[in-house]
Amino acid sequence: MSVLIYTENWDGKFKKVSYELASYATKLAAEMGVTVSAISLGPVEESELAKLGNYGITSVMSAPCSNYTSLDNQAIATAVAAAAKKVGATVVILAQSNLGKAIAPRLSVKLNAGFVSGVQGLPVSLQPFTVKKMVFTGKAFAKTTIHTAIKVITLAPNSFGIVESPVQSTIEKFDGGLSDADFTTKIESTNKVTGKVLLTDADIVVSAGRGMKAAENWGPIEELAGLLGAGLACSRPVSDEGWRSHGEHVGQTGKIIAPNLYFAFGISGAIQHLGGVSSSKCIVAINKDKDAPIFEAADYGIVGDVFKVLPQLIEAVKENKS
Amino acid sequence: MKILVLIGNVPDTTTKVKFNADKTAFDPSGVQWIINPWDELALTRALELKETSGSAIESIFVANVGRVETEGTLRKALAVGADEAIRIDADPKDAFYVASQLAQVANGFDLIFAGIEASDYNGAAVGGMLAELLGIQSVSAVSGVQIENGLLKISREIDGGSQLLGMSLPLLAIVQKGIAKEPRIPAMRGIMMARSKKLTVIAPLEVEVLTSIVTFESPAPKAACKMVAEDQAKELIRLLHEEAKVL
Repeated sequence: MSVLIYTENWDGKFKKVSYELASYATKLAAEMGVTVSAISLGPVEESELAKLGNYGITSVMSAPCSNYTSLDNQAIATAVAAAAKKVGATVVILAQSNLGKAIAPRLSVKLNAGFVSGVQGLPVSLQPFTVKKMVFTGKAFAKTTIHTAIKVITLAPNSFGIVESPVQSTIEKFDGGLSDADFTTKIESTNKVTGKVLLTDADIVVSAGRGMKAAENWGPIEELAGLLGAGLACSRPVSDEGWRSHGEHVGQTGKIIAPNLYFAFGISGAIQHLGGVSSSKCIVAINKDKDAPIFEAADYGIVGDVFKVLPQLIEAVKENKS
Repeated sequence: MKILVLIGNVPDTTTKVKFNADKTAFDPSGVQWIINPWDELALTRALELKETSGSAIESIFVANVGRVETEGTLRKALAVGADEAIRIDADPKDAFYVASQLAQVANGFDLIFAGIEASDYNGAAVGGMLAELLGIQSVSAVSGVQIENGLLKISREIDGGSQLLGMSLPLLAIVQKGIAKEPRIPAMRGIMMARSKKLTVIAPLEVEVLTSIVTFESPAPKAACKMVAEDQAKELIRLLHEEAKVL
């Protein structure tokens, strides 16, 4: 019996969420009285793999084959299933990310496992295995029991946090048993924005809405995000207008995020928008309309003109940093 | 080419969510039901493909798992242009149950569209499970689908960017925002035509339930928002730093 995590990497480096998975799985395994291992797919250097030991992972399996970088859903699910069988995993944990969402359902079918996505924090009980997840896009939570012997879950980002608990970890090569022909996802081109903070990985997110009035007014938003090392986001009308890309849209039909700090500039806070951000630890709203629903969801607010407040905030952040 | 679009029947996204007295079930009273927003975008894209690809796409089917009350949602899909509908007559118990039911009708389709999640239980599971049950490839976070000379070009979102993929059929595409711009609104003619389109009702298979919801909880009430004056940005930063400790 053991707990297995699938650690995602990006350009050969583990994503922050992988360390959160490691921390979470270590705690869960301790409660269950079982061991904990990780499977890494694609080229990741030994020094990077060893970092998982800082968060309590005692055994790391690594399949360095570059084929995995195509994120082929069938192949990755097959490899993770093979790893789960090898270590006799009874709980397999993935991130609630683009990739985790793609792989976990397939994996659960392969393992005859019950699957719950977007789990918030540790299980509320181990016998029966019951977890809490968000439903109705943040309007409620559901405690859900998984009845099968093997369980597959995806962990909601920032719902547990990163906890260091250094151990000696062993790293071994893993062969997923796949050949080149098993990878049928053919990448023709990649448009990767480098050097930017990943929205779903960001501790701080600076988001703006229709109150910004036009695409060319985003300068101060980008400046503030840059100063804070924050991810950039926007509301639905903004991406529908084409002022910002769909990748930045947070809300019920866009991305669901849970940063420590969320700034909403000129966002009225329609129920659909709040659904995507309500798990944020702290929400700051700046809006000229004092009755805007965003203030009901916010922890801190300024009623005022975003174009007046933004330069002041930028100055204040600069001062705070120095 | 035959396309299948999976349709979820969900409460309107502006619904105030309520539960029964012991918080074990969703209270559907007074709820307006709609096509799951991502499924609706997938259907929109499927219709656009059919219109622009000459005779390459022969038909678009829609399918759901639900009781007779969910037929309004399927009829809406037919009214905007889907050719045929299939309803598997059962209450959707969990994602694996739904995927297993759909697997009995999804064979023989070249391209299957699923929404990335449903706006009710946010499971994000049925599409991937169905692909696995059918033994076909899937691509998730799909934000664009083109058919060029019979070849499938898929755009998908990755961390911090996007990719263009060349994929073979059959394929299950799990779609998100960006796949189509605006969903279509049924016209009177479409609504009339939908009445005579074929809607097949199929009996469910016996499938084991792997997960079940024990209780629902509403989010904890939020403390009142602390207001800061418009010219006090510095004070706001101080509060975030010293009080909320998030900076």
